[in-house]
Amino acid sequence: MADAVAADGDRMNTFVDGLTWLLDGDNWGGPTGVGTRLIEHLWISGAAVLLACVVALPIGLWLGHLGRGGTLAINISNVGRAVPTFAILALLYMTPLGLSVWTTIIALVLFGIPPILTNAYVGMREVDRDAVEAARGMGMSGTQLLRGVELPLAIPLIMGGIRLATVQIVATATLAAVISGPGLGRIITSGFGRQDVPEIIGGAIIVCLLALVVEGLMAWLERVVDPMRRARRRRSRPDRDRGMPLMQEEVVSGA
Amino acid sequence: MALSGPVHTATLTDNCLVRNDWVCGEYIRTRQDEIMDALGQHVTITVVSVVIGFAVALVLAVVARRVGWLRGAILGTSTALYTLPSLAMFSLLLPFTKISATTVIIGLVLYSLTILVRGILTGLDAVPDDVREAAIGMGYDGLRLLRKVELPLALPAVFAALRVATVSTVALTTVGMIVNHGGLGNLINRGLSSNFHAEVLTASVLCVVLALIADALLLGLQRWLTPWRRTVTA
Repeated sequence: MADAVAADGDRMNTFVDGLTWLLDGDNWGGPTGVGTRLIEHLWISGAAVLLACVVALPIGLWLGHLGRGGTLAINISNVGRAVPTFAILALLYMTPLGLSVWTTIIALVLFGIPPILTNAYVGMREVDRDAVEAARGMGMSGTQLLRGVELPLAIPLIMGGIRLATVQIVATATLAAVISGPGLGRIITSGFGRQDVPEIIGGAIIVCLLALVVEGLMAWLERVVDPMRRARRRRSRPDRDRGMPLMQEEVVSGA
Repeated sequence: MALSGPVHTATLTDNCLVRNDWVCGEYIRTRQDEIMDALGQHVTITVVSVVIGFAVALVLAVVARRVGWLRGAILGTSTALYTLPSLAMFSLLLPFTKISATTVIIGLVLYSLTILVRGILTGLDAVPDDVREAAIGMGYDGLRLLRKVELPLALPAVFAALRVATVSTVALTTVGMIVNHGGLGNLINRGLSSNFHAEVLTASVLCVVLALIADALLLGLQRWLTPWRRTVTA
């Protein structure tokens, strides 16, 4: 392996070879082609993000709403950081799950849960207490308070957690290749196995591109779904000023 | 034919290695040397990465504070680097640094930058302007202001970032196994390919223990370096 790299000499050539490999249509087709791996990577990451949200959001939001379980909600992220992704993938692979696609998905979900849960909790706790008190004073019930006041105000942090989890899941999905799992990482490991440097570099380039595109999309989504930002924009246009952008329809009817 | 069963159990020593148990004292006893070697490599790679990462982050943070327009560029670049999956990062460094510990260390330094630069900037930004002006009035300037006034006051935020970066680095070092320099990750990888339960579990647990010890050590160091906070909280 080291010889194969050394023999190449010129480093820029290595990257050009990698790009050439990636742009070669022949490498995209077939059951182990870039196309198949990309689709595997996307659907597995997508499924894991959804599952992680389904598990972590209700717990994080509810704990934040009640103001309980802070130690658990915060520490789960610290524990998540200390456990190596590679170790979890290896351990899960050695259970009866083995080569099944669920091995990868479970590992991805496990690493997606902590950031979502912690951010949802912190987001709910950091909602302006005055706003919560005011809403209570208006006679809002717990559920109305959660949906009408706390949730909209907590959205930026909640989305921050989902963005972090998504980026992490896309990265972890790459690592699944070391247990012969699905995804784009397989191009890199196959390159290592065959000592094919252009394949390694080509695989690494597309993995990085995907990660950056996902990060960019999530940053955009984070901005778009922030209700307070929409409200601020509405307010800046006087002709569409609706008075109190903080209040949404259900809040007003609840009072 | 009927005898073959008992004969086999009599010739094979029955221990946890043969049974491929997850928890196996015999494994730790017989492979002590290679476990210590892997542990040593893991600690070395982690410490070198965090120390270099901290030095680079400190310079970047100070530059970002002095040169306003660079702030966004430094934060943006380090965030982008952080999103790159480790397997790809190590692969892209391969043409430059080959199969070596350097490949892993450079990758880990780049990952630690996001957390460390942000932490140091948060800490320095939080130093009250009054304090800074008073120090300047007393004749502190440049490096001395940074070293004697700004950094000590920024320590809590800096240490928070340092702990997160160190714990993440301990975990990420395992991926270095792709270039044969992953410390305990090498053991996990080998155990994985030979279906050796005890090797994988022992190395994994050691990784987590290592991260916890590093975290505790840094917490102790922080308490020792910020005695004024210790007396306040006690």
